[in-house]
Amino acid sequence: MATPKLAPFTGDEITAYAMKQIEPDVVAAYPITPQTEIVMNFSQYVADGKVSTEMIPVESEHSAMSACVGAACAGARTMTATSANGLALMWEILYIAASTRLPIVMPVVNRALSAPINIHCDHSDSMGTRDSGWLQIYCENAQEVYESIILAVKIAERADIQLPVMVCQDGFITSHAVEGVEVFEDKAVKDFIGEYKPRFSLLNVEKPVTVGPLDLQDYYFEHKRQQSEGITNALKVIPEVFKEFEKAFGKKHDFVDGYRLDDAEVAICVLSSTAGTARGVVDNLRDKGQKVGLLKPRFFRPFPREAIAKKLSHLKAVAVLDRSEAFSGEGGPLFSEVKAALYDEKSHPSVINYIFGLGGRDIFEKDIEKVYTDLLEVAGTGKIKEKIHFLGVRD
Amino acid sequence: MTKKGWKDIPIGGLIEKGGTAKEYKTGDWRTFIPVKDEAKCIDCMICWVYCPDSCIKVKDGKMTGFDLDYCKGCGICASVCPVKCISMEKEKK
Amino acid sequence: MKNLVEVRWHGRGGQGAKSAAQFLAEAALDSGKYIQSFPEYGPERAGAPIRAFTRISDKAINIHSGVTNPEVVVVIDTTLITPQVLDGLGEDGILIVNSSESPSEIRKSLGYKGGKVASVDATKIALETVKLPMPNTPMLGALLKVTPIVPMKALEGRIRNKFLKKIGEEKTNANLEAIKRAYNEVNVE
Repeated sequence: MATPKLAPFTGDEITAYAMKQIEPDVVAAYPITPQTEIVMNFSQYVADGKVSTEMIPVESEHSAMSACVGAACAGARTMTATSANGLALMWEILYIAASTRLPIVMPVVNRALSAPINIHCDHSDSMGTRDSGWLQIYCENAQEVYESIILAVKIAERADIQLPVMVCQDGFITSHAVEGVEVFEDKAVKDFIGEYKPRFSLLNVEKPVTVGPLDLQDYYFEHKRQQSEGITNALKVIPEVFKEFEKAFGKKHDFVDGYRLDDAEVAICVLSSTAGTARGVVDNLRDKGQKVGLLKPRFFRPFPREAIAKKLSHLKAVAVLDRSEAFSGEGGPLFSEVKAALYDEKSHPSVINYIFGLGGRDIFEKDIEKVYTDLLEVAGTGKIKEKIHFLGVRD
Repeated sequence: MTKKGWKDIPIGGLIEKGGTAKEYKTGDWRTFIPVKDEAKCIDCMICWVYCPDSCIKVKDGKMTGFDLDYCKGCGICASVCPVKCISMEKEKK
Repeated sequence: MKNLVEVRWHGRGGQGAKSAAQFLAEAALDSGKYIQSFPEYGPERAGAPIRAFTRISDKAINIHSGVTNPEVVVVIDTTLITPQVLDGLGEDGILIVNSSESPSEIRKSLGYKGGKVASVDATKIALETVKLPMPNTPMLGALLKVTPIVPMKALEGRIRNKFLKKIGEEKTNANLEAIKRAYNEVNVE
């Protein structure tokens, strides 16, 4: 196979580049580390006249998302980007964007939430928004970030989905590392996403509509029921978008990415960049004859329960690695949901949880090897000594 | 009126027409209503300017009465009237 | 050479360690390799010691951890040549420093017996060519002499591509001259 032509980009740079190719009608954003370079680079494209996007520099993230809601209601293809405390400040409007069924696409550069103040990677920001009604895609590297953003536009805008999408990448680890990325032709991207045909537009005086009305005991519940249907429907129809993407660009996407799982006895389940590091460990341990595998969910919303259960239910033991703590006393958010996903299966593996990498604490191959060692012991004895572990923290 | 089910309404709380606030009669929970003394009124329109619910009816430059579908009985019209021709009276229901 | 090569750069904020790590990676990318390059982000300020990393491989790079056991360590700032720069550098490692001292003197002061040690007076070269105390580009020249992980042509192409628009023909050529001089003047032992 010929090596594809790769160009150097950081995760942030390739995000801005994807946005340039998409050329949304409106981008309203506020810079925050480690997302800053996205806004910086995209603003440069606007200033240089490379895109016709209306760039709205706002005074806070609450305003950024509010402006995005307004723009989307006006019928504009709308994007923004944020991180951590910025995402937290958007909170109220995140729900409004999702509930008003506005197909906004937002790259999120994952960063720890304060306090204490920390600018480095963990998933506490986006995991906290998991019930907001947004779709969530998690990316391993710059290439995935690039392709996922283009994919997200198509998913968000589908008539049978009409929901906003977050495309998450690991702060600094992905956002500030230079990697080789295969980029598509501008025209191919434009052709794939197509012309945006909004469901309605406040600017269309021929067909006036009312948006965001008071909705009390009589209809609110019906609207939530619809929203629930939207997310369930997303699970059904997103595979069609995967197929269209493959047809357009020759690249496969799926809800989950399994690695050497078929004959495995134990596996790690982890999101984003850490899955890459774990893949190398799987290869090393496989060379030593150990039956280990890896599952990287690409989507967390909608939660791909069936795909996860299909990949993991035959195993003896699974470790779910969470880069955030949900403070439930019962482990991280990915752990809770993966465990629940396996409950309905006839047989299921023992599942343990490792919380790791909070505030950017680096995770090394030896840490992941330790998890596999623990897993093989659980698989061998059938006993879980400890359900929730903290990987890489000092005692 | 039978209410529609979730499959039969537009998604996202969208209402597929404008000006729907008019259909929502907000004047059903007041205690007082404004009453005008026709003899004193000078048609100065100060009440029309101040009414927060646009309930002052006007025809051919004359103040012709109150739109009680929306009047909440706040009494601002009575308060601002320069000739004190509007009084707030307890509504008989 | 091992399939995956990891290079660690030591410099001070403002000396271009991050850029050097990136230029090397991009030159490798242009010659068909897979790459990663990233700085270590701490409190950022000019003059503070910083580290940056380059990974180069024939295969796609999946690992996303920091670099702990580099094959090559490059020290851009003379005042940072302390035993700390040897952290994780193996017995067959390569150490390249910006110094007017000879490699044997460097070995002696650091107590490093393994691999290769190379030294070049990159600051002097930078002052004479670029007319600025920016020792990052000459250190790239020295690196390619000691370990040809990327072809010189690819590096020159990248530097030209990056610099021309930004600093013009004359200064770009001065940087290319700095790279060549360091390539020729580096001492290896």
